[in-house]
Amino acid sequence: MKTTARVAALVCSSALILAGCGERSDDSNASGSETPTASESTSEAPKEDHPDYKACMVSDSGGFDDKSFNQTSYAGLQNAEENLGVKTAEVESNAPTEFADNINALVKQNCNSITTVGFLLGDATLAAAKKNKKVNFSIVDFAYDKAPANLKGLTFNTAEPAFLAGYLAAAKSETGVVGTFGGLNIPTVTIFMTGFVQGVEKFNEDEGADVKVIGWDPESQKGSFTNDFESKTKGQSSAEEMITQGADIIFPVAGPAGLGGLQAAQDNDVWGIWVDTDGCVSAEEYCDVLLTSVMKGMDVAVEEAIRAGANDEFDNEVYVGTLDNGGVALAPYGPNADIDDELDATIQDLRQQIIDGEITVG
Amino acid sequence: MSDPTTTEKPVAPEPERPARSRAASSMQSWLPTVKDSVAAIVLALLVGAVLIMFSTPRVIESLSYFFSYPWDFFKFSGIAVFDGYSALVRGSVGSGSSLVRTIERAAPLICAGLGVTLAFRAGMFNIGAQGQMILGAVAAGYIGFHYDLPVGLHLLLALAGAIVLGGLWGGIAGFLKARTGAHEVITTIMLNYVGRFVILFFLGKETFQRPNSDNLLSPPVNDSATFPAVFGLHLGVLLAIVAALGIWWLLERSTWGFEIRAVGANPQAARTAGMSVSRVYITAMVVAGMLSGLAVSMMVLGRQDPLTDQIAGSVGFDAITVALLGRATPLGTVLAGLLFGALSAGGLTMQAAAGVPPELAQVLQALIVLFVAAPALVRGLFRLRGDGQAVGVEAKGWGG
Repeated sequence: MKTTARVAALVCSSALILAGCGERSDDSNASGSETPTASESTSEAPKEDHPDYKACMVSDSGGFDDKSFNQTSYAGLQNAEENLGVKTAEVESNAPTEFADNINALVKQNCNSITTVGFLLGDATLAAAKKNKKVNFSIVDFAYDKAPANLKGLTFNTAEPAFLAGYLAAAKSETGVVGTFGGLNIPTVTIFMTGFVQGVEKFNEDEGADVKVIGWDPESQKGSFTNDFESKTKGQSSAEEMITQGADIIFPVAGPAGLGGLQAAQDNDVWGIWVDTDGCVSAEEYCDVLLTSVMKGMDVAVEEAIRAGANDEFDNEVYVGTLDNGGVALAPYGPNADIDDELDATIQDLRQQIIDGEITVG
Repeated sequence: MSDPTTTEKPVAPEPERPARSRAASSMQSWLPTVKDSVAAIVLALLVGAVLIMFSTPRVIESLSYFFSYPWDFFKFSGIAVFDGYSALVRGSVGSGSSLVRTIERAAPLICAGLGVTLAFRAGMFNIGAQGQMILGAVAAGYIGFHYDLPVGLHLLLALAGAIVLGGLWGGIAGFLKARTGAHEVITTIMLNYVGRFVILFFLGKETFQRPNSDNLLSPPVNDSATFPAVFGLHLGVLLAIVAALGIWWLLERSTWGFEIRAVGANPQAARTAGMSVSRVYITAMVVAGMLSGLAVSMMVLGRQDPLTDQIAGSVGFDAITVALLGRATPLGTVLAGLLFGALSAGGLTMQAAAGVPPELAQVLQALIVLFVAAPALVRGLFRLRGDGQAVGVEAKGWGG
């Protein structure tokens, strides 16, 4: 009994610490689960309202807090909740063996749309889409040759903004060497690196310069990889190796492991370029060494797919994020980047040329 | 040959030690008793309930007016905890499909856990189930998707491949320990890393990738290489039961099992009695690796999971927990495996239906282990009998 008393005392004292003697926000029927809470009801009114539509999401084994593509995709779901007034549910995967179960669990929760994150979920998503014709499925970073009518691939031509970043890097490099490394030698990673290399080549061609890229060769498809998306230490040593080879701009494409690359850039006083999200927002502590970031708008794509589903406009055509539709973009320059107007104008010009199809990237 | 891992030095006998603790080796004596395990699970669920309460926005909010309407807090907490745990039960044993899910998740844990158990009984801490599983997966996957063979034969070959390669990988650590005295904890952990790069290497090759794709993702194995399924449950899970019975028989009834236990209890004494300690180390690790290979075949050949570098998930490491929680006995491992399978399957429904944070199921598992590893704390809280008694039961339970 003494234990019970102790536990009770603990609960009460924590209540005392946390609590004031505030007022109950809703006296009438606070137990109703649908009642919006005070904090939610003060937020902006939804632009659209689909209270009967339930949008759901399954992560891959990185989890929704990976500061990378799962998290960005999840932001799309959260934006949909706010902007479209849909209900949401989500499940994190711990291992590839769970993918099919996780999708089925959400189907059972009467989700109208289910977004899965990453190519590893490709099989499981296709199988679930075939079995559940009434649910709209979309999958981030993957596309099928022949998708069922209720399955949409969300892909991103990140080579386009990476091309601009490569041009920018080449223009800013003083040593004439820039470096890039990836997490794994897989297409969704190397597409960034290929675009980056092409951007540098474009600069060399236009300006008659000879800026070298180390860490990726699009011809042989070989380069520098950490083989790990988690370990900051590995990212740091990859970057440091490049810095000793003279690189003064580092472009890590390795998710959280890439943060180590920015750390190395900061330690050695060279520039970094971030991927997926605007580094000055997601990795603020390294903002001072960032030239820019290559943004992959997974949140935009996910929200769009949910919006289409909620408005009965869902189709199975593969979404390709481009500079044109805003699915990919170059982030605002870093605060210390000091990009002169002339260079900025060139970048904007190149951007337009890519949109107009005068330059093909990738 | 000297053995650096044992805590009992042959040249310096300890006459002051009581007879019963000599029976149980130092490694075994901190394993939990049944009562401790149950108490640990209960305690973990209680702490979990508090976590559920304080991860529910409505409960937190009701604290702000706790003194005006204290009942709200208790009501909302009650609802949140009830919702969460009822989802846990529903998702693990509440329906046919959730039972299938529980068993499917438990089976590989049990197999790999048995491998850890067996090595443990031989006095070795096998951290290498993960790497052994990965190697097994490479073999089972390659045989499964690369060849076209008749139904039945294909399955047997793929299964044999997983078991053989897993066994070889485990055997390396056993061999290193037996011949060079290299500590198995270090070698198995390192072999886990090596295993991960081995599968990455293979996944980088055309033959292991899907046509027209560069992704590090293999095709699933052909249908001819899969376990037959009944009611959505692949029958590979039966092999987990067979394996548990086999290991029980091996440990408790066979001469070799006696040698394993003798070496685990005191390698010097076993050597003096004429047993080959090296042989026991090697064979125990080979069989442990074979069990890991069997574990991963449940995924590759049972559920047709394609090979990725994460094919083993965290099963290889959870298996260590399962074996410890199961007191390194075959029956205990089966029960602990089922518990973890249920927690994992139910954790999913907690997330999907009750909106409980996904980490909670894992936190529950971690708490159970934590409380298992701190028996004094649990005994104190639950007024269980003290140390001496526990060790006495332990020694008997281990068959002395």
